[in-house]
Amino acid sequence: MSFDPRAAWDAIISSPMFGLALTLLVYQGAVWLFERCGRRPAINPVLVTMIVIIAVLSVSGVTYQTYFDSAKMVHLLLGPATVALAVPLYRQLPSLIRSWPAVLVTAVAGSAMALISVVVSARLLGASPAVQLSLAPKSVTTPIAMGISERIGGIPSLTAVLVVLTGVAGAMFGTWVLNLARVRSPSARGLAFGISAHAIGTTRAFQEGETQGAYAGLAIGLAGIVTAILTPLLIGWLTHI
Amino acid sequence: MLGSITVLVLCQLAGEAIVRLFGLPLPGPVAGMVILFLGLLIRGRVPKSLDRVTRGILGNLGLLFVPASVGVMVQTDILVAEAVPIGVAVLVSTLLTMLVSGLTMQLLDRKARKDQP
Repeated sequence: MSFDPRAAWDAIISSPMFGLALTLLVYQGAVWLFERCGRRPAINPVLVTMIVIIAVLSVSGVTYQTYFDSAKMVHLLLGPATVALAVPLYRQLPSLIRSWPAVLVTAVAGSAMALISVVVSARLLGASPAVQLSLAPKSVTTPIAMGISERIGGIPSLTAVLVVLTGVAGAMFGTWVLNLARVRSPSARGLAFGISAHAIGTTRAFQEGETQGAYAGLAIGLAGIVTAILTPLLIGWLTHI
Repeated sequence: MLGSITVLVLCQLAGEAIVRLFGLPLPGPVAGMVILFLGLLIRGRVPKSLDRVTRGILGNLGLLFVPASVGVMVQTDILVAEAVPIGVAVLVSTLLTMLVSGLTMQLLDRKARKDQP
C-alpha cells in the first residue's frame, strides 16, 4: 500500500476514457453555465467547452491525437445525427408541402451566398488557396462540410474548426442581425439560422421558438445537400476569376 | 431504442454505398438522411422509439462538434497566420447568408400567402 497522487493522475490522463470523460463533463458544465447566465449567446456551450478542453490538454500535456482517439466515439455520432435530421424534416411535411418552393429557393440562394461570399472575401483579404477551399463549406454541418472539403482539396480538419467558428458566429449575432433586417416570420428566421450556421445556429433557433427550430433543423439537411452539389460546380470558377 | 440506433447507422451505411455506387457528389450521411426521409414517407409516421432517439441526439448536437473543434489546437499556425482573412470572411459571410436567407424566405412566403384565396 502507498499513497501516490502522481501515479493516480497519470492513470487518469493515460486512460482511454480520459478524452471521453473530459468531453462529457466539460460540455455538461458549459450547458449548465449557459443556462445559469440566461442563455446568453456569447456563452456558447461549444465554444466554452473547446476553450476549457484545450486548456486542460495543454496543462496535462496530452496531445490532440490522444484526446481525439478517446473522444472519437462522440465524433462518430455526427454521421447518424445527420441521418436523424430526416425526422424533423418529415415532421414539417405539412408546412413543407405548403411552402416548398419558397424553402427551396431560399436554401439555394442562402447556400450560394454562403459559398460565394466566404471564398471571395477570403481571397480579397489574401487568404491562401488551402484556406479558401477549407472555408468554402463552412456553413454546413461538420460531416457534410468535411466531406466537401476533402473532395475539393481543402484541409478537412481545418474545415471542422471553421464550421464551429461559423456556428458560434451565427448563434451569437443571428438574433441581432435578423431583428435589424426586420425578419419577423418564424419560418424565415429558422431557415436563416439553419442555412448560415447549421446545428449550432439551430440550437439558438430552438431558443427563439419551436417553429424557428424546426425550420432550422430542416435547413441543415437541405443546405447540406445544396452545398454538396453547388461547391464542386462553383469552386473552380470562384478561386480562379 | 437499440433498433432505432441500428436504423440510423444502417441508413448511413446504405447512404455511403449508394454514393459510391452512382458516384454522387454527396457525403454518405446526407444520402442516408434522404433514405430515412423516404422510409418515413412510406411508413407514414415516426415510430415512437425513433422519435425518442433522434430527440436525444439532436437535443445534444453541440456535444458532437466538440472533438473536432478542439482540433483548433493543432491548426494554430494557419489560424494565427491567416487570422484576419479567416475571421473577417467567416463573420461577414455568415451574417450576409443569414440576411439573404431570412429576407428571401420572408418575401417569398408572404407573397405565397397573399396569392392564396
